[in-house]
Amino acid sequence: MKLTQEQQDMLDGKYGKGTAYAMKIQVAIGESFDAERLVPITRAHVALSNQEADLWFAEKLLNAGAHCRVAPTVNPGFCLSFFKEQKLVSPEDAAFMQRTHDAYKGLGAILSYNCTPYTITNVPTFGEICAFSESSATPYINSVWGARSNREGANSALRAAITGYVPEYGLLLDENRYGDILVEVEADMKNDFDYHLLGYCGKKIGKGIPVFTGLPKHINKEALTNLGAQLNTSGAYGMYHILGVTPEARTLEEAFGGKEPKRRVKITNADLEEALQLTETVDGNRKIDFAMFGCPHFSLEQTMHIADRLKGKKLAVPMYILVGGFAKNMSDVMGLTDIIEKAGGFVIPDTCPDQPCWKHLNGKTGVTESPKCAYYPKKRGIDFVIRDLDSCIDAAIKGEVK
Amino acid sequence: MGKQFKCHKISEGVAEAEILLSKDDVNFYMVDPATGVMFEKGHDVEGKSVAGKIFAFPGGKASSVVQADGIYQLMMKNNQPKAMIIDYAETVLVASAIIMELPMVDKVDPEFYKEVKNGDIVKVDATNGVVEILD
Repeated sequence: MKLTQEQQDMLDGKYGKGTAYAMKIQVAIGESFDAERLVPITRAHVALSNQEADLWFAEKLLNAGAHCRVAPTVNPGFCLSFFKEQKLVSPEDAAFMQRTHDAYKGLGAILSYNCTPYTITNVPTFGEICAFSESSATPYINSVWGARSNREGANSALRAAITGYVPEYGLLLDENRYGDILVEVEADMKNDFDYHLLGYCGKKIGKGIPVFTGLPKHINKEALTNLGAQLNTSGAYGMYHILGVTPEARTLEEAFGGKEPKRRVKITNADLEEALQLTETVDGNRKIDFAMFGCPHFSLEQTMHIADRLKGKKLAVPMYILVGGFAKNMSDVMGLTDIIEKAGGFVIPDTCPDQPCWKHLNGKTGVTESPKCAYYPKKRGIDFVIRDLDSCIDAAIKGEVK
Repeated sequence: MGKQFKCHKISEGVAEAEILLSKDDVNFYMVDPATGVMFEKGHDVEGKSVAGKIFAFPGGKASSVVQADGIYQLMMKNNQPKAMIIDYAETVLVASAIIMELPMVDKVDPEFYKEVKNGDIVKVDATNGVVEILD
């Protein structure tokens, strides 16, 4: 790989040990993908996870003196103030989150603690070169905004933020952004939930860049968030196209770069049904212990919808609504938090379902509308029945799910 | 000497062990660190252990962060695969292998897949770009 003088200086340690270490790995990755050069980024999002490997790597860079050249937004761990106040977190787990906070603060990250930055805090323009990790974030900025990022891992996005460079390969290059799988959607896409299920069809869709046809002209941001999140739970997708919707797919010709698709797949209602079967960790028709939403983080609009449904009602089980800082502040200002709390629910900022703050849910069964929300916490002994949002709200009011 | 096949280095190193073949993509977060056993529902190698194996699978999948933690946790218990052979390199998995310093290769001669069977002893020399099925 050819390096500029500045990049070579970084590698040689003239910008400090931390930057040199980050650069060394960026170059190794570039070489494994046969990249010819490194190109500058102007945005990054790091999928901080508050897990051991995450903290190990962040502290390793920090202790070597690294500092972000391009301040990245970051993913949620858990909200220390909320879970301490509720007495739901052990001193050890709280101390670990504090260390994660301190490490990323020290590295110069924007402590946004939100996994959907691409609609609020970190929105790229068409063609902008970025380094975004996080399941729903990478496909969203590539597909919906037409920005350019590979499907970075949390650690590679952090190195990109520190060095300011990414190797040029994959989705950064025109020729790799064309679709190669035609996905004809014949299923009735009735609501945002159906986009969760469509995304969970990754095994049937196969590897590559899907071009979806048969979807409506207007698809809201929540549905697109769901689609990307589940594509990257059931598979690994950096980008998709939606014919007539996303900017690089105005026509089929444009979406496929004039070539024939290498695969054709039809998605029917039966496929969505099958996806639902695959995602649930337990069957329905049972009592539930709680409801959880916000994997990925719920938007202000979704929180408004829940508050509207809960006005003057009482929940039979606790409802946890996970949001970013913007949605939380607006919920407070608009009185949504008040309505939801009076009903027995919580609007919680800066928190992910896959965190040690949920130990009190071990052995319990909840409802959620997100397959991803069920997929990861299974490891923590938490089971979920998956239904569309309104059915989940009904279930939380009754304490049981059909 | 066994039969050798060319491949492309992703992460350097040499390892030799029994091979475990998976038809499905892998998310290491769905592997139990204490045993190395895959617990993802419906996965091709569900119930099998990756610990100490040469693990061959199409590619990585799922969340952009837990992949690294999954491998890290396996390494803490010494239950990681000795080396990985993949078909589709993608950043998340590649970056995880490089920072954890686990040998990984891709672009293996397609003949390899016609010959190799689960349980064969395989040597991966990522540094020199060679995979070998030992007798």
